[in-house]
Amino acid sequence: MGFWDTLTGRSKPKQANLDALFQVPSAALTLQSALGFVPTGDGAVCYRAAAGAGFADAQRDLVALLGEGSDAPKVTTQSDSYGFTWLLVDNEPLDPQNPDLTGLCTDLHAVNTTLEQDGYGPGLLCSLIPFADSAGRKVGLVYLYKQGTFYPFAPTGPNSRDNLLEIQVRDTLKGDLSLEPELSRWMALWGAPGL
Amino acid sequence: MARTRFAGDLGLTTRMTAVIFLLGGLFVALVVGLMYAFPAYAWLIGLAGIGIAWWQWYSSDTIAMKAMRAREVNQQQAPELYGMIQRLCTLADMPMPRVGVADTDLPNAFATGRSPRRAVVVVTTGILRRLDAEELEGVLAHELSHVAHRDVLVMTVASTAGIIAGMLGRGAQYGAMFGGFGGGRRDDRNNGGLPIWLIVLVGSLIVYAISFLLLRLLSRYRELAADRAGAQLTMKPRALASALQKITGEINRIPQKDLRSAQPMNAFFFAPAISGVSLKTLTSTHPSLEQRLAQLARIEAELGRPGS
Repeated sequence: MGFWDTLTGRSKPKQANLDALFQVPSAALTLQSALGFVPTGDGAVCYRAAAGAGFADAQRDLVALLGEGSDAPKVTTQSDSYGFTWLLVDNEPLDPQNPDLTGLCTDLHAVNTTLEQDGYGPGLLCSLIPFADSAGRKVGLVYLYKQGTFYPFAPTGPNSRDNLLEIQVRDTLKGDLSLEPELSRWMALWGAPGL
Repeated sequence: MARTRFAGDLGLTTRMTAVIFLLGGLFVALVVGLMYAFPAYAWLIGLAGIGIAWWQWYSSDTIAMKAMRAREVNQQQAPELYGMIQRLCTLADMPMPRVGVADTDLPNAFATGRSPRRAVVVVTTGILRRLDAEELEGVLAHELSHVAHRDVLVMTVASTAGIIAGMLGRGAQYGAMFGGFGGGRRDDRNNGGLPIWLIVLVGSLIVYAISFLLLRLLSRYRELAADRAGAQLTMKPRALASALQKITGEINRIPQKDLRSAQPMNAFFFAPAISGVSLKTLTSTHPSLEQRLAQLARIEAELGRPGS
């Protein structure tokens, strides 16, 4: 906040930064070749739903828009214990030989732009793209809308996370994505869908 | 073009700016008055006042934590509270503050610290017990807005004139006791007029009184601004409203028990206090519950307006 905003006590809601999402498909290839993690094909957007008819309308239109077409993903919403809403984009499992995340990223981007156009951009919290390896380990690539950065989140239980794996993933993806440098912003998303 | 649902409140901004300018004017008047009236001693007092204000601001987090006997908690000790604050900070793009819990049954919460990077948010066990998760989140968003608005800094700077005036008044009292505030010059100035310490005492009392009222006014405006920013952050003005109702109801209930004994006296009062501007509304640090609820209702209408 600038000097004048501080003086008048007026913080402006931070707008979301959407563009970096399209760097994910190439990062997914790097992750697969280096660490053996394959995208599950699903994705989710986490946001804060506003009270009232305006938001309900926007969300309904959104779910309908994504669900159109023959090979459209299954789109559902669920809310978590922190009062945030997760919009899940559930695709068929991808071909592990040739996983292509472009379609998923387009869908996630459509969610974001729609919410933003309706004036709810400041309510976007994060996007999650889960990966799994053959040993059953899971790691999610989390995109922080307000910072415009990614970080890995690898839960191993209801309240524990695999920090070594997360750091490994960070070092692997250094060249592909802008990763969140401040570890305190690597928010734990316990019970996130798809992980 | 994306439209915004987060309109600012122009009236509130204007009123707040006006109050800040009045406080600044008061400070300048005080300094100019000192320059005309006094030699070195008064300057020392003025500098000491500024020093005290600076120290209050600089160590505000440790002082407040100690005063409330709050203990700092980490992510393992209070995972839900911590996770809630972390999500709000991510949503608002703020650095994560330290989190404290105070073991007292009084339902309250506060945020302090010299900058957003050195901030601490403290909640009491009383508020954790009384509010549900949504209401607690509304309260935390309100406190985080105080951090984002740097309210500790603004209120400290705004209170400097009052602090200096208070110290001058004290100095004048000592001056009266030990003969002569302005040292040797007392005799030159004192020919046939009022004693100089009396002028200083009265002048500083006036400055102190004005700054007291302006500060309270400013504090009420900052609270309204924090309500507004907090409700827009959580997008749930209703949760903050119900938290406010619960807490103020709870706090008000305590003195009401004692006031009941005074009820027979009501018959002697000519009229109830005027609802507009009474002494109570002029000197309270927080806006009235009605004012805060009215503002939250406006924000909820704005957020929930159907799309075009």
